[in-house]
Amino acid sequence: MGVGIEVRGLNAWYGKNQALKSIDMTVPANHVTAVIGPSGCGKSTFVRCLNRMHETIPEARAEGDVKVGDLEVYGADTDPVEVRRRIGMVFQKPNPFPTMSIYDNVAAGLKLNGFGNRKQISELVERSLKMAALWDEVKDTLHKKSGASLSGGQQQRLCIARSLAVEPEVLLMDEPASALDPISTSKIEELIFQLKQHYTVVIVTHNMQQAARVAELTGFFLMGSLIEYDKTEKIFTTPADKRTEDYITGRFG
Amino acid sequence: MPDSPSVATVKISVFRRLTNSCATLFAIAAAVLVILPLMAIFLYLLIKGVQSLNWAFLTQLPKPPGEVGGGMANAIVGSGIILAMASLVGIPVGIGCGIYLAEYGRNAFGDVVRFTSDVLNGVPSIVIGIAVYSLIVVRQKHFSAFAGSAALAIMMVPTVARATEEMLLMVPNNIREAALGLGIPKWRTTLSISLRTASAGVITGCMLAFARVAGETAPLLFTTLGNQYWSRSLNQPTAALPLQIYTYALSPYDDWHKQAWAGALILIVMIVAAVAAVRIVTSRGTLKGAS
Amino acid sequence: MIPDSEKPTNPPASAEQTPKPVSAIPTLAQAATERKAVTRSAALERIRKTHPRSSGIQDTAFRVLILFTAISVFAIVAFIVDQLISKSHPTLHAFGIRFFYNDEWDPVNGDFGARPFIFGTLVSSFLALLLAVPLSIGVAVYVTEMCPTRLRPVVSFLVELLAAIPSVIYGLWAVFVLAPLLRDYIQPALAKTLDWTGLFTGPPLGIGMLAAGIILAIMVVPIISSITREVLTAVPQNQREAVLALGATRWEMIRMGVLRNARIGIVGGIILGLGRALGETMAVTMVIGNSNYISKSLFAPGNTMASVIANEFSEATGDLHLAALVEIGLALFLVTLIVNALARLLVWSITGPTGRVRA
Repeated sequence: MGVGIEVRGLNAWYGKNQALKSIDMTVPANHVTAVIGPSGCGKSTFVRCLNRMHETIPEARAEGDVKVGDLEVYGADTDPVEVRRRIGMVFQKPNPFPTMSIYDNVAAGLKLNGFGNRKQISELVERSLKMAALWDEVKDTLHKKSGASLSGGQQQRLCIARSLAVEPEVLLMDEPASALDPISTSKIEELIFQLKQHYTVVIVTHNMQQAARVAELTGFFLMGSLIEYDKTEKIFTTPADKRTEDYITGRFG
Repeated sequence: MPDSPSVATVKISVFRRLTNSCATLFAIAAAVLVILPLMAIFLYLLIKGVQSLNWAFLTQLPKPPGEVGGGMANAIVGSGIILAMASLVGIPVGIGCGIYLAEYGRNAFGDVVRFTSDVLNGVPSIVIGIAVYSLIVVRQKHFSAFAGSAALAIMMVPTVARATEEMLLMVPNNIREAALGLGIPKWRTTLSISLRTASAGVITGCMLAFARVAGETAPLLFTTLGNQYWSRSLNQPTAALPLQIYTYALSPYDDWHKQAWAGALILIVMIVAAVAAVRIVTSRGTLKGAS
Repeated sequence: MIPDSEKPTNPPASAEQTPKPVSAIPTLAQAATERKAVTRSAALERIRKTHPRSSGIQDTAFRVLILFTAISVFAIVAFIVDQLISKSHPTLHAFGIRFFYNDEWDPVNGDFGARPFIFGTLVSSFLALLLAVPLSIGVAVYVTEMCPTRLRPVVSFLVELLAAIPSVIYGLWAVFVLAPLLRDYIQPALAKTLDWTGLFTGPPLGIGMLAAGIILAIMVVPIISSITREVLTAVPQNQREAVLALGATRWEMIRMGVLRNARIGIVGGIILGLGRALGETMAVTMVIGNSNYISKSLFAPGNTMASVIANEFSEATGDLHLAALVEIGLALFLVTLIVNALARLLVWSITGPTGRVRA
């Protein structure tokens, strides 16, 4: 089951530039929350702070309180490695491991985390691929084809399966469909709808229609601040802040 | 959610943390172990070389074996002459080859030339020495500076060619088109425009080739042979710095060992000076903002 | 594509030949066209004067000259091969394939076998790789993945500097610093602890196979590490992120996301290093001890294919001796040719033929 995310006073910097200014946000469990905003507004940075990927960039740092379920993400004793295991991430450009088969791709996270039992791994791989709606397409070529030999949409579903295999509580998706064609995109969107039963999903998107289709809650970011955060319906029909309205109606962005 | 033993409950094991730390330590140790001999070599060169360096060393001829004193003047000059001659042939041929590969050779034949150039690059220098020996020395029936430079020139060509090709390929095509569009013939475009734009990199490539052959000993072993006296012509055996260092190092005389260090110091200084001089000249010549 | 400017042209029917349009007040467009036509023809006139129609001939001449330099590369390699084969003919004829497994090297009685030198080359090169490969990969990983950004150019510069030191200076240092170090400290320690392997028997001379292997390792590290660094940097950042996002430690990220992707290139770099080690002459000659016998111990002196040529060529007694040495040179040429070609193929499969990274 998914867990909720509590963000209090999150700040983030790239070197001297402050990219996020004191973000407060509560993401409910088992919901899909979209994060929208124009280029450079900090939405990707925000999401990457949730699983401590932001700090892997040289000169980048983040401060604040992020609580995922009972885990203090930025706690003094918290190991970022563990955070990343419990919070999964799917990237904009599908990045399957080209030197590994489909099976090994999905199993990669399991093997890393010390899972040795072959039968259990096999079961988990199958389950993850089914959850990612890829199982039927690849079940015969699991060990024969490499992860990179699939089509773009399939690769992204493979990456989703790979993330799901380590049983995260939260799934972060950074513009997961922006590199894909419309048909693959709609497949991914269907998938997200299904995933929310088991996971909490936060999805970054620059496509407002996608946010409207997929998410129950939407947060609008602008220049590093969270301007408005509410039910998707409300954001897109009667936004409270004028800046949100301007963005929604296409006056800028 | 099925309740098979869940990954969610697996904590980062101590073993994984330990492996991570060990890997980091190993990488740092490797870096240290690699840089250590480098430091050691330079340190010894500096200390031992300076000890035996004096004016006599730079200006005098070697004394007969066993006698203390004397210098490597003939070797220093000899190396200079041989390197100059080698560069005179090796660099133009190398640049020409590089121009071919970049401007005319984007085809199968060009690939073959490129491959052959790489083959030549990989030939052990002693084998080149053997080949030049039988090609030139045997025919002329004597060792010479000329033969030595031929061997070194051969070694310079692939390095210069590769650098020239790479640099020319980086010149954007629209510059060429602009020149051609002005009515400048292709040959002049290549020389005055493309090559000039690429000149910094090409010069660096030539300098790299020079630095590489400056220290080469093997190809000179049976072509130039070495000489304890001044050579009176280019067609005689000639002293060269690397050869002299080699001979002195393996000799049983302590004084010659000391002189070998001094010679090595001079050699390194020569190489570093050549590299530095070229860097200074090219950086002064480039316009601000030019890459 | 041959731009029009390359072909010798007749001046186009320019404004200087057609009558100017007669009208009271030329329109703006007409005036512009006029101006353009006038300036175009003036420019063409200028160009015609400085580059007469013979520019086509000049281009051809230049092209021939350049082609000549390209062909000269072929010529050089052809000469080398020709000389190697023709000058080794006596022993090729006299011994045939036996030359390569005979271990008698007897100039006095005219019996020549290259096995001791093949052995020496293989052992010294293998030892060098054994030491150099972990160090090179370690340095490369350190520089690309672990080193603080400010230190990076310093460390990589220092490693590159190792490649600039001439072989004879390595040899000098090896004779006067490394060999005594081995003789006085390292070899006795090895003899005491690893005596049971049979590899460290015999008197500790300092010089010998071990010294040769060590100095070769130092010389080969810059090559392997620079290629490794190139292929490691070529691994796209999103591969690293993908592994991290699964909950991996930094080493696990390097192992699974970087080294694994760069495997082929690293192997290519190692083979390239092998090629360099096989042909390396001076430093090895100065410390290997010049002995034409095969011995199991690493403390023993020996000779490599390159070092025996360096040692004996100038004083070769008789044509057969010389031919034998040339034949060894021919063998060395062929071996390094194959090894280097293999290495290039592997490295190019990742970076592309010009050495640039494939997108």
